[in-house]
Amino acid sequence: MRILVYIDIANGKIKKATHEVISYGADLAAATGDSLIGVAIGSCQDKLEELGSYGLTEVIHLGKEIEQNAPTEVNAWAISALASEMKAKTLLFSHSLSGKLLAPLTAARLKAGIVTGVVSQPELNNGFCVKKSVFSGKAFAKIAIKTELRVLTICPNSYPVKQVSGNAAVSTKAFTAAQSRIRTIKAEKTSGALSLTEAEVVVSAGRGLKGPENWGMVEELAGELNAALACTRPVADAHWRPHHEHVGQTGVAIAPNLYVAIGISGAIQHLAGVNRSKVIVVINKDPEAPFFKAADYGIVGDAFEVIPQLTAALKKVKAS
Amino acid sequence: MKILVCISKTPDTTAKIAFTDNNTKFDTNGVQWIVNPWDEWFALVRAIELKEADPTVTVHLLTVGEADADPIIRKALALGGDEAIRINAAPTESQFVAHQIAAIVKDGNYDLVLTGKETIDHNGSTIGGLVAGETELPFISLATKLERQGSTLTITREIEGGQESCEVEFPVVVSAQKGMAEARIPNMRGIMAARTKPLKVIEPIATTEYTETLQFELPAPKFGVKLVAPDQVQELVRLLHEEAKVI
Repeated sequence: MRILVYIDIANGKIKKATHEVISYGADLAAATGDSLIGVAIGSCQDKLEELGSYGLTEVIHLGKEIEQNAPTEVNAWAISALASEMKAKTLLFSHSLSGKLLAPLTAARLKAGIVTGVVSQPELNNGFCVKKSVFSGKAFAKIAIKTELRVLTICPNSYPVKQVSGNAAVSTKAFTAAQSRIRTIKAEKTSGALSLTEAEVVVSAGRGLKGPENWGMVEELAGELNAALACTRPVADAHWRPHHEHVGQTGVAIAPNLYVAIGISGAIQHLAGVNRSKVIVVINKDPEAPFFKAADYGIVGDAFEVIPQLTAALKKVKAS
Repeated sequence: MKILVCISKTPDTTAKIAFTDNNTKFDTNGVQWIVNPWDEWFALVRAIELKEADPTVTVHLLTVGEADADPIIRKALALGGDEAIRINAAPTESQFVAHQIAAIVKDGNYDLVLTGKETIDHNGSTIGGLVAGETELPFISLATKLERQGSTLTITREIEGGQESCEVEFPVVVSAQKGMAEARIPNMRGIMAARTKPLKVIEPIATTEYTETLQFELPAPKFGVKLVAPDQVQELVRLLHEEAKVI
């Protein structure tokens, strides 16, 4: 039997989250004895062969000449058709913006059971049971999929990437796109920003910063850590920072290796979006801030003094 | 223009998350229930704004839930919906809910079906796509902006590393997120009017079982914070590097 993994290509580049999904698929294939096949759609500057180093042995590249700024719903139709043709039983996507578009459309076409935001390998001893993040990161649910076909999306930063040797064999196929009724007018790239859900380090700040003019030091720290920027809901609502940086229950949910929270008290709604982070550092001048209870490391101090010092200390370490 | 807004009942954003019956059921003890914020703040409020701009627009609400969902339907109606349908069944899994919604969409002649990006309890982010797939309507996910001109919608959606604007004619399914509208509070007139707005209860259609939630678990607790003095930031850098190994 076969497992299909969707290779997420944005602006001609393979997304990092795809490496995690491939590693997930490779481990699943090893456990079930299935074969793992990657599906890429549209032109790609990165070498698909090199995905072999994450455990992928075969890639089918559909419509390699087609420019796609972003996946469209048409991709879901192509993936469903390919899955039927290849008799694939399990389809894997990243729980990314494109996964959230394509996975449910594919599941509907294939009448498959779907579980999104999966965080670990399935238990196979009694059917197919996966663990997913629920209650905005405040809990997990174990869900059994009862259908023959299964669609999963894997949470970014929740499955370790494994490096192996070898190249994937890439075959190409024509992309017979049915016409979507949706017409793209224009696509805009956000300037140089690291994708928040994929970033390994995230630096986030709250109302403790007093105003948007004080974000310079946060940006400097983020630059030093190669981190993506995030903020709290009040900050986004006050238009100090763009909405897409809002992390929390009603913003983006993230699980980076390191989350640095500056001037954030740690309201339950904010914690919900970040508490799957592996290590949390909280910098707040209020020792009673609830965020300290959810933190691994903390500094009780004034952000306006601590942050520039921290950036300088990181610079010094890098230089040495 | 006829809009269907799909809403869910979820625990309040500050609700304590705990489980009972050997971790198989959500502990509803003391929990306040609300309209899922993604559905209310963005999908519903944008629908109401479209109605305010053009009084011929009608806004229909739909939820899959048992009788205990009625209070949140009334709250949504207080914000400005015209009428509501409740499909009388517990929303046990996403395919089940999507099948129920799709059945209504197929019969209802809606121009726009709006959902929130996801619910804050199940965090599925699947309903819009499943309904679109099942009804064979176009689907635009994670929309941050929606403008209407006649029967054409211009929608901005979030894509990897940026945003995209697209155009589509009615009918269409759209999942809404932050940016689409600003949250509102119902006023007294809306609350009074909501009491008498039509709420139709219908029985679910039969579907097969796709998935079953077996058990819940809570994340492992943190071991306690290690505090570093504010003038010892180099110590924090050392800990992150040598102990936590994250930089």
